[in-house]
Amino acid sequence: MDVVEEDVLGEVTTAFRSRRTRSVAWRKAQLQAILKLLDENEEEIFEALRQDLGKHPVESYRDEVGVVRKSATNALRCVEKWMAPQKSVISSAALALDPVIGAISAGNAIVLKPSELAPKCSSVLANTIPRYLDPEAIKVVEGGHDVSEQLLQLKWDKIFFTGSPRVGRLIMSAAAKHLTPVTLELGGKCPTILDRLSNFSDLQYGVGFKVAVKRIVGGKWGPCNGQACIGIDYVLVETQFAPVLIELLEKSIKTFYGENLKTLANLARIVNKHHFDRVHNLLKDPKVAASVVYGGSVDEENMAIEPTILLNPPLDADIMNEEIFGPLLPIITLKNIEESIPFINSRPKPLAIYAFTKNDSLKEKILQETSSGSLTFNDAMIQFLCDTLPFGGVGQSGYGRYHGKFTFDTFSHEKAVLHRSFLVELESRYPPWNDFKMEFVRLAYNYDYLGMILLLLGLRGLFRTNRRQ
Amino acid sequence: MDAEAIVKELRGTYGSGKTKSYEWRVSQLKALLKIAENHEKEITDALYSDLSKPELEAFIHEVSMMKTACKLALKELKWWMKPEKVKTSLTSFPSSAEIVPEPLGVVLVISAWNYPFLLSLDPVIGAIAAGNAVVLKPSEIAPATSSVLAKLLGQYMDVSAIRVVEGAVPETTALLEQKWDKIFYTGNGKVGRIVLAAAAKHLTPVVLELGGKSPVVVDSNIDYKIAVRRIIAGKWGCNNGQACISPDYIITTKESVPKLLDAMKQELEKFYGKDPLKSGDLSRIVNANHFQRLSKLLDDNKVVDKVVHGGQRDENNLKISPTILLDVPEDSLIMKEEIFGPLLPIITVNKVEDSIQFIKAREKPLAAYLFTSNKKLEEEFVMNISAGGLLINDTTLQVALSTLPFGGVGESGMGSCHGKFSFDTFSHKKAVLRRSFAGDVPARYPPYTAGKARFLKALLNGDIIGLIRALIGW
Repeated sequence: MDVVEEDVLGEVTTAFRSRRTRSVAWRKAQLQAILKLLDENEEEIFEALRQDLGKHPVESYRDEVGVVRKSATNALRCVEKWMAPQKSVISSAALALDPVIGAISAGNAIVLKPSELAPKCSSVLANTIPRYLDPEAIKVVEGGHDVSEQLLQLKWDKIFFTGSPRVGRLIMSAAAKHLTPVTLELGGKCPTILDRLSNFSDLQYGVGFKVAVKRIVGGKWGPCNGQACIGIDYVLVETQFAPVLIELLEKSIKTFYGENLKTLANLARIVNKHHFDRVHNLLKDPKVAASVVYGGSVDEENMAIEPTILLNPPLDADIMNEEIFGPLLPIITLKNIEESIPFINSRPKPLAIYAFTKNDSLKEKILQETSSGSLTFNDAMIQFLCDTLPFGGVGQSGYGRYHGKFTFDTFSHEKAVLHRSFLVELESRYPPWNDFKMEFVRLAYNYDYLGMILLLLGLRGLFRTNRRQ
Repeated sequence: MDAEAIVKELRGTYGSGKTKSYEWRVSQLKALLKIAENHEKEITDALYSDLSKPELEAFIHEVSMMKTACKLALKELKWWMKPEKVKTSLTSFPSSAEIVPEPLGVVLVISAWNYPFLLSLDPVIGAIAAGNAVVLKPSEIAPATSSVLAKLLGQYMDVSAIRVVEGAVPETTALLEQKWDKIFYTGNGKVGRIVLAAAAKHLTPVVLELGGKSPVVVDSNIDYKIAVRRIIAGKWGCNNGQACISPDYIITTKESVPKLLDAMKQELEKFYGKDPLKSGDLSRIVNANHFQRLSKLLDDNKVVDKVVHGGQRDENNLKISPTILLDVPEDSLIMKEEIFGPLLPIITVNKVEDSIQFIKAREKPLAAYLFTSNKKLEEEFVMNISAGGLLINDTTLQVALSTLPFGGVGESGMGSCHGKFSFDTFSHKKAVLRRSFAGDVPARYPPYTAGKARFLKALLNGDIIGLIRALIGW
């Protein structure tokens, strides 16, 4: 195995050294190959995602294939613009391919290690990528954590990792040995702040509230049944609105996914036994179990967990301290929605915060006083689709960023280049140092051009004021 | 020193939101500027005591560079802090998007001894401008400057948010055990690895400003006198070679050597006199350890007969004269580690183009210099050499431009600073997307149907006609 890994790095390094990966033509050819790969293997990818995660094709397209297509198309259109030196500066499936697109656009050779937890997707990538892309410069290595560990022993010029903070720490420690810069795309407990949205005394609840709840359902169970790093983790709401919220959530869940766990459609399953047990264990805590207000049933055989709503589970329970990454949605009630700010600030910085509110001063407060990778007002998840916004965490949710041009930048070094001519040679740059040179340099740094001229003409003494006492 | 207590206190200050305001940032930057203006003599004296740094060098390279950085930050800060509006896509229509810079929190700056004033305060300026609370740990190897910094910052700055912690390895270790929101380290790769490993425990992002062997390629078709003067200014005129961007070695062709050497000897004598050990215009070696290290490089059997100029040493005063070595073997010690001192080896190649291969076969340096009037070679050099920064026909000046990022790549470090780049280094760019409750598209939500699939495909592909067709169910 060791030998295989060494070869992998050796081959891609040779390809990179050949400078072939630097040309625009190579970069474009590889990006086109990715598009072709998607076109010709769409069904296979859908099938792999269905087998690994029980994802519905529409969800697969929306969150994976479509996103990659868009990203590749955008890169293809912009790669030359991105490559052009600036005036003073020269320069799962979606989660796996999106960084690859940026790395190609920036002219790197790449080794991709897909997650072994989604084996079907991993093997689709391993089978298709070498057929479409330059196999000498872009390689897929499949395997579990022993393979990852071996890969991490090698010296890379950049490591891009998507996953958990625990593995993120291992990656950073390994990278430290070779001084390799790292981008960490982690997760965290992404909170949703749900404000009143309408005058409560006029109406039972406003139109905004209904739309908000729909978007919350979409942001919780929509993306891979809660198994997404920017999926909603929990909701903060004022106590008086909790009953309405629960009622509307139930309604939406029933319309979107149906009622019977056995026949739930349109909902991804839990990725594997390990994660099924992990999520299931969160529910087993008796105090947590007592807080379930909707759902809660599990189907161990099919590794399915029903969309589950919990009201005020204890804050010291695991469910409120670990990233849930599954279909459980705790609702935490507050007296006043403004309390959500200290609530969020007393926990690690999340990858995303969602806030549903029409109150501009609350918006401003959230914007100024909380910190997160991204902040979205009145929607969930959709920031992921916005190429002009950087995608990446802060603090516990990671660092470094990608999407669109940011992915290109992540995989580039911006080299400072300064051109000089042999003209304009100032004597005062060089030793031996004397008072004249000191004075000249001092004036130059203060942009005192008149003083400089007077000094050069030997007249400065006449106008000089005593500078230093 | 209780590192934990200091961080706790600074976190409290940061949590209060005080450091985020524009007014606070400005007041602290102004205080820094005042330190440089009111205490110039004290600072240059400390630098003289630590390094025998000539006053003019201390002024140009440290005090005024720091003042320039401060003034730039004061002038541009409002602009830097402004959220940047970005375009939104059809997919999230209707919406507005912006990128909002926000401070990271409590940051640690660990600086180096060779430019102990500038390298301490330049990152601190960036950290303050971005609205962070900062702990500065100056280098214990330049003790006079370290204590001046501790005294003056304590006197002028808001100590509830900006602290200087003096000390050596135990203090640094204690600091590194704490959780920071960013660590900015200037120094060498060995310690850089320790800093990174410590940061890994807390997932803290790190900037490493390291060094490396920065080469100078000298072509034959140039004005030797000017080239040589510029090389000397970058090598011996920068803290006697103890600078991370100083030229480390020269690569030139065999024919160029005699002319280059002649010019070197002539200009060196003009600058530093017949006995450079007595010159007041050369910094000394920082301490006995480094003196020993450099002596070892010179006493290496493989290079003892290669010295063609200089070589004098005065151990008592820690002085080494500008020393040039010709044709040192590639496996000699001096070609294996960063020299960081007044020794300059010259490597000869058959044709000047071979120098590119020579540089590429080694670790990526912080800087690479080329003297030529051949445009084609210049182009080749820029496209092929990966280094933190490149400078054509001069040395070290790239750091004086605040519009250029300063920072290494590969073995020479990661992350960048100077001007706006420093501000960015200490900021988190938060993605903010604003939506209204209008424009809710049912296709986003299950139950999923074939029509919704078509709609989404069209949407993500930006296919307007497909979109309309899907909407009207055609």
